[in-house]
Amino acid sequence: MHVEEKFTDATWPAAPETATLEGKNKYLGFWLFLGGETVLFASLFATYLALKDKVPDSGMLLAKDLYEIPLTFAMTMILLTSSLTSVYAMYHMKNNSFQKMQTWLLITVVLGFSFLALEVYEFNHYVHLGHTFTSSAYGSAFYTLVGFHGAHVTFGLMWFLSLMLRNAKRGLSLYNAPKFFVASLYWHFIDVVWVFIFTVVYLMGMVG
Amino acid sequence: MSTYAKKQGFGATLWDFMTTVDHKKIAILYLISGGLFFILGGLEAMFIRIQLAVPDNNFMSAGVFNEMITMHGTTMIFLAAMPILLGIMNAVMPLQIGARDVAFPFLNSLGFWMFFFGGVMLNLSWFLGGAPDAGWTSYASLSIHSQGHGVDFYVLGLQISGFGTLIAGINFLVTIINMRTPGMTYMRMPMFTWTTFVVSALILFAFPPLTVGLTLMLFDRMFGANFFDAAAGGNTIIWEHLFWIFGHPEVYILILPAFGIFSEILATFSRKRLFGYSSMVFATVLIGFLGFMVWAHHMFTVGLGPIANAIFAVATMAIAVPTGIKIFNWIFTMWGGSVRFTVPMLYAVSFIPSFTMGGVTGIMLAAAPADYQYHDSYFVVAHFHYVIVGGVVLGILAGITYYWPKIFGTMLNETLGKFTFWLFLIGFHLTFFIQHFLGLWGMPRRVFTYLPGQGWDISNLVSTIGAMFMAVGVIILLINIIITSVKNVRVGNDPWGDGRTLEWAIPSPPPFYNFKQLPLARGLDAYWIEKMEGKKEMTPAEPLGDIHMPNGSIIPICITFGLFVASFGALYNMDADKPWTIPVIIIGLLITFGSMLIRSIKDDHGFHIHKEDLMDDKDKEVKA
Amino acid sequence: MKKRLRKWRLISLFAIMTLILAGCGEANLSALKPAGEVAQKQFDLMVLSTLIMVVVIIVVVILFVTAIVRFRRKDGDESIPKQVEGSHKLEVIWTTIPILLLIIMAIPVVTYTFELADTSAMEVKDKDGKTKDAVVINVRANLYWWEFEYPDYGIFTSQDLVVPTDEKVYFNLEASDVKHSFWVPAAGGKMDTNVDGVNQMYLVFDSKKSNEAQNLFYGKCAELCGPSHALMDFKVVTKSKDDFNSWVKSMQTVAKEPKVAEGELAQQGQEIFNQSCIGCHAVSTSGNGAGMGPNLANFGERERIAGFLPHDKENLKNWIKAPDDYKPGNTMAGKYGELTDEQIDALAEYLLNLKVEDK
Repeated sequence: MHVEEKFTDATWPAAPETATLEGKNKYLGFWLFLGGETVLFASLFATYLALKDKVPDSGMLLAKDLYEIPLTFAMTMILLTSSLTSVYAMYHMKNNSFQKMQTWLLITVVLGFSFLALEVYEFNHYVHLGHTFTSSAYGSAFYTLVGFHGAHVTFGLMWFLSLMLRNAKRGLSLYNAPKFFVASLYWHFIDVVWVFIFTVVYLMGMVG
Repeated sequence: MSTYAKKQGFGATLWDFMTTVDHKKIAILYLISGGLFFILGGLEAMFIRIQLAVPDNNFMSAGVFNEMITMHGTTMIFLAAMPILLGIMNAVMPLQIGARDVAFPFLNSLGFWMFFFGGVMLNLSWFLGGAPDAGWTSYASLSIHSQGHGVDFYVLGLQISGFGTLIAGINFLVTIINMRTPGMTYMRMPMFTWTTFVVSALILFAFPPLTVGLTLMLFDRMFGANFFDAAAGGNTIIWEHLFWIFGHPEVYILILPAFGIFSEILATFSRKRLFGYSSMVFATVLIGFLGFMVWAHHMFTVGLGPIANAIFAVATMAIAVPTGIKIFNWIFTMWGGSVRFTVPMLYAVSFIPSFTMGGVTGIMLAAAPADYQYHDSYFVVAHFHYVIVGGVVLGILAGITYYWPKIFGTMLNETLGKFTFWLFLIGFHLTFFIQHFLGLWGMPRRVFTYLPGQGWDISNLVSTIGAMFMAVGVIILLINIIITSVKNVRVGNDPWGDGRTLEWAIPSPPPFYNFKQLPLARGLDAYWIEKMEGKKEMTPAEPLGDIHMPNGSIIPICITFGLFVASFGALYNMDADKPWTIPVIIIGLLITFGSMLIRSIKDDHGFHIHKEDLMDDKDKEVKA
Repeated sequence: MKKRLRKWRLISLFAIMTLILAGCGEANLSALKPAGEVAQKQFDLMVLSTLIMVVVIIVVVILFVTAIVRFRRKDGDESIPKQVEGSHKLEVIWTTIPILLLIIMAIPVVTYTFELADTSAMEVKDKDGKTKDAVVINVRANLYWWEFEYPDYGIFTSQDLVVPTDEKVYFNLEASDVKHSFWVPAAGGKMDTNVDGVNQMYLVFDSKKSNEAQNLFYGKCAELCGPSHALMDFKVVTKSKDDFNSWVKSMQTVAKEPKVAEGELAQQGQEIFNQSCIGCHAVSTSGNGAGMGPNLANFGERERIAGFLPHDKENLKNWIKAPDDYKPGNTMAGKYGELTDEQIDALAEYLLNLKVEDK
């Protein structure tokens, strides 16, 4: 079974992402990588919790004074929706309908970018309030945790875009199906991390 | 297709190694560069011991001494021990499970180059204004306080090489899970493969906390963040936690592969299967698991409170149980066997009492109130050298000698090997045994000198003399390697004669596709089983067919080189007088991400070795 | 081979015996010569764990030596030994016995961990806010020197810690620049002085043991803190409760009015001191010079110059001339300009006469 072989709907396997050994390896390797990423974010969360509201002088803004819950709630909804649209994209990948997959991925990417735009706006807002990366240990920890997530979102978007452009003309194959699949896995992971950020940073930030 | 066997010029060989994705060649790269770093770290150790040979010595200044100890520790752990072990894993593990390569050959190469450039970066600090001087643990208050760029080199060098190790870990995990040959169930895997498996899992979960810790330090030192600045609300204990959440599993990342190597050697040269194989597997997994639960025993004196100290003390003691199981299983592997004392076996045998010594002092250290006395004294130095030299380094020396014929196709000289062994072993005990007492007599670790009249003089001299013995042993090993390579007497599949596992069923060194036909593993010690039935070869698990192989690539070097360049930009970014730093960061990242983009856009399907060519090979073998 | 191995074992065993007989280190410095309750408990724990561990080692070595001696391969022996899978009975034995041994060890470990962490007496205050029945000392570690404050008596000193014998002495531990660690090996284990919080511990100095050590114990910094980490020594001077109280009294006298120098040279020295040194160094016991440098109020009575040099004028002069030559990386160098040899001589004269106890 050659990886670039053309498939009909009838011959396209039910799980194209794991139909080849390379695909299987990629799939498993990526899951393991996400395991490592989980520990990475866990360490960042722990650091954030240890340094939350640790500021050099009492006049500085703390979590409960800062966070914009409506804004971050909107961001949460956008990212959750983008996770859903990427699920649709993968559904179409499994059904060998390349164009539909591309469309849903495009929607995912657009949602991702709007999330990023809101995040940039949010950071900018805090910086104007005097809560910056260098203003306090709390600031450093906040921007590092949320910023790491933002960097992951950016990387995920670039990944989706380059996959979509690279494969726009040649459609699905067993060579690129695993690539699309792990990219969407990554996207789900980013989404899950955000749910934790929303809970631990923003919601728990409000209660003090 | 048989071009690989032709003689190559130096340039072509170099290019071949720079672009190779073959696990066996990458193993050689790991061994060579790890070996070079081992010599560097060893020289640093010698300088340390010379400085401490007599009280009030002026061999080197206090500042240089601190750079020495920092670089000795960092080099030995990250750039010598771990890479050499990764090299042995790379060379052996795929063969042991009957695989043609690792799961991600490209990433395997990337992982090596990241380690290599990270190591080079770290060592360049010697020439660029001074090495890091805050100890290999680089505790935050001191490392933030440290002047110059030394600690920046530490942070960036370890960050880059850490990524490399993480990649290697994931790669091995996937390889072991997905690419075992038919019949090779988990409970038929050789012990060394098992330890590789557990170690890879430890790498996967232990390195991210280090990555985070290093990132925080990088942000603090280079971009004005306040994680460890108490005045701005920061907290230095965070670094200690992150470092040891990584650092303790790291100890097991080092020792478990050595356990694996010894398990193979003891079984081989006792002509007996490993005693209590399943409990050995269980103990390995348990040690790996407990390894994550005990990090705070490095922090008993930090002031975490009696509850934390008591819990971590008891948890630490618990690790003695699975380790004890292993020690007794090794002894009983020899029991009733037919023990032959080859050089690898000498190392394995001497490892048992040496490591037991290190293990029991580990238990003594776990007793928190007593640890208040041991902590940061020479007792601790003695303890961890007993486990790391008496465990890991003996394991490395054993593994290198044992697998040398498999990797290079020729045997190291046994007589010279025995000289190395005795000198090293005697020197090791001479150096470190006395240090237990130095610690108890009140000598703190990491002191660049000591005053006379505190009762430490003779013991320190003894320790230095011991170190000389070890150095001579290593020099003889190097001579041995040169002589062996020049003579280059070729050996067959199973040069030790008692091989049990799959790697001994194929030529030494193996052809680049390893197995012409994947072998069928019919039990633990698959090759032994066939041998006992009078067969010379493994039963194939598949008909002879085309073999799919990956292409070599220069891209891993390019990706890493970009990071290397960008690091220099980041490093000097905080100096006001250097406007070139930002462009350098950008250029470096462009090289890295550009190379990654090329990798993802350019399809690389590898190539096939055709059945007919494989048959050619077989015919040739028959003729020869 | 067998013979050589045996011989080697014998030699190492012999070496161990010599070591043990060679003694337990210096009485004022060794953890093996416990000088009080804390060190004694820790020592007992060491002995207990060592005994258990020696038993383990003996068992391992006996089995090990038997195995390698009995089962060596004879030349030309091509027999294949029986391939034993393992033994459940043995596995159970060498799992259970270690667990039992560990439990025996764990009980005192946990008990002592809690006992040694009990500093509740520090919290008991009288109506003036002073500690009721305990001597409390605030230890502040700085780049290569130690400050000791007695908050209940309102006095400061540095480098030489003065403590009463036969009672618990409590410590608040803190660092002002980087992390250090406070360790008096003969009196008990160490505790870190952190930059981000105060640690508490106590030590006890037994009067009889103190006498054996000439009432002087060595203290060390046990955490790498920069180039001169090795030289960050301090001394502990032990006094009976009465002597301690009278020492406190004389220190308190100097707290009110710093001593005026006697003699022409010393007076010159005082002037120079007041110009060049007083910015960092206090000479009254009530202050600590904003924590910049060690308090020098009783400098003439100290055990060492800069914590480690012999206490004489020559060393003091050398030290003042070029501190960086003796303690690289210290924060004193370069703070007071060039002084002439005469000035340094006068300064040394003045400093060596700074005493609080009339003797």
